[in-house]
Amino acid sequence: MPGQKLTPRQAAYQQKVKKYEPRPRLLRNAFLAFVSGGVISLIGQGFTDFYRVTMNLSPEKAGNPAVATMIFLGALLTAVGAFDRVASFAGAGISVPVTGFANSMVSAALEYREEGLVLGVGSKLFSLAGSVITFGVVTAFIVGLVHALLPGR
Amino acid sequence: MGKKSGQQTFQFANPPMIISTGTVAGPFEGRGPLASEMDVILGDLHNGKTTFEQAERSMLCQACRLALDQASRSTSEVDLFLAGDLLNQIITSSFTALSLGIPYLGLYGACSTAAEGLALGSMLLDGGFCSTVLVATSSHNATAERQYRYPTEYGGQRRPYQQWTVTGAGAALLGYTGQGPRITAATIGKVVDLGCKDPLNLGAAMAPAAADTLYRHFQDTGWNPDSFDLILTGDLGEIGLKLCREELAEKGVHLGENFYDCGLLIYDREKQDVHAGASGCAAMGLVAFGKLYRQLQKGELSRVLLVATGALHSPTSYMQGENIPCIGHAVRIEA
Repeated sequence: MPGQKLTPRQAAYQQKVKKYEPRPRLLRNAFLAFVSGGVISLIGQGFTDFYRVTMNLSPEKAGNPAVATMIFLGALLTAVGAFDRVASFAGAGISVPVTGFANSMVSAALEYREEGLVLGVGSKLFSLAGSVITFGVVTAFIVGLVHALLPGR
Repeated sequence: MGKKSGQQTFQFANPPMIISTGTVAGPFEGRGPLASEMDVILGDLHNGKTTFEQAERSMLCQACRLALDQASRSTSEVDLFLAGDLLNQIITSSFTALSLGIPYLGLYGACSTAAEGLALGSMLLDGGFCSTVLVATSSHNATAERQYRYPTEYGGQRRPYQQWTVTGAGAALLGYTGQGPRITAATIGKVVDLGCKDPLNLGAAMAPAAADTLYRHFQDTGWNPDSFDLILTGDLGEIGLKLCREELAEKGVHLGENFYDCGLLIYDREKQDVHAGASGCAAMGLVAFGKLYRQLQKGELSRVLLVATGALHSPTSYMQGENIPCIGHAVRIEA
């Protein structure tokens, strides 16, 4: 990003803006995110246990259908227009888990369906999730590299 | 050069009248305190169309038709159509011009369009180039959000200083026949950049543009804030309005109780979760061509100064790290 230097007049105005800009209520938001994130994790754990018992899976394997179910629920909430309303108070509690990932893809898919399957949904599906995937893959590569090169295994 | 006064103001020798207006509001705006002042309130954001863009277009077209019907004019009797909106390549305005079939000049001034259109239309009328001009503008929450920000259903927490893009359209027919309040002067703003980069806090970015144009208007005309019943900014919102007040106070211009913002009038901010207020071209479009116009007609207000501000950035300029340049245009309307 080009770092434009602020003139003294601009810098003075920016100070004024800071004075009037209300701060996000961090403590309240963090608390709501903690509680709602916890509830979502609890639901996820419920599904994991459910699949473990009913499908006779190991705890590790039971996580997969549970994640798929949570993605489905996130997508469903988005599709019926409820996700953004829940997210307005749950904040990071609902957007950090896999539900948020589902929302970022389904909301983009809904938004761009009018531009057609190829030019719209196909190309815009990852408009929000793209960065997550890109940097997720890059991080995974670096971690994998370190893991492979590290002696002692 | 009889018509220019001072550095940026144009005084109209033969002030054009606002003959009629038309307003169309979205469903959310229809639940706000100004609902009774809107001509038409949509049942839903799609307005029976497939896309939100088509819905916005249908609102703008309907607002224009309402203004024409109210004055019993046909499209062929209008010399020029001046319109602008927020969408890329101002498609709403241009597609509306296609269906109206009136000679058209597209405007882009972002949320300053309502005042830009009134100023330009008045110049063309006072200059004798036209006898009737239709001015219109629109914004739509869903089309603006998807272009400038995120998909509509994306769940992110909104900042407390963020504003809510108004869904609505407003049109005004200007001319010399009939009755109506007159546009007596216009101050054209300069582009101002005070270093704001946050596209979620446009009120703060636009406030200096409003202050600059207001200051210019007072300097150029010799009028002062007390000369007006009401001085209305377009969509500065709560934070922008405070900043604008402070900017002017530093220059020795003290604005009183008669200074307010259209963006703070459209929603019931206690009940409607819109944070710092309304934004978008239609904020001024709906207020000025709705309630304000009627108050001027009834004589409840006699001198009003409108200052519409626009943020002239694009998603590209923002992503490339540029500041948000803003503009403000003022028009003086007298009953």
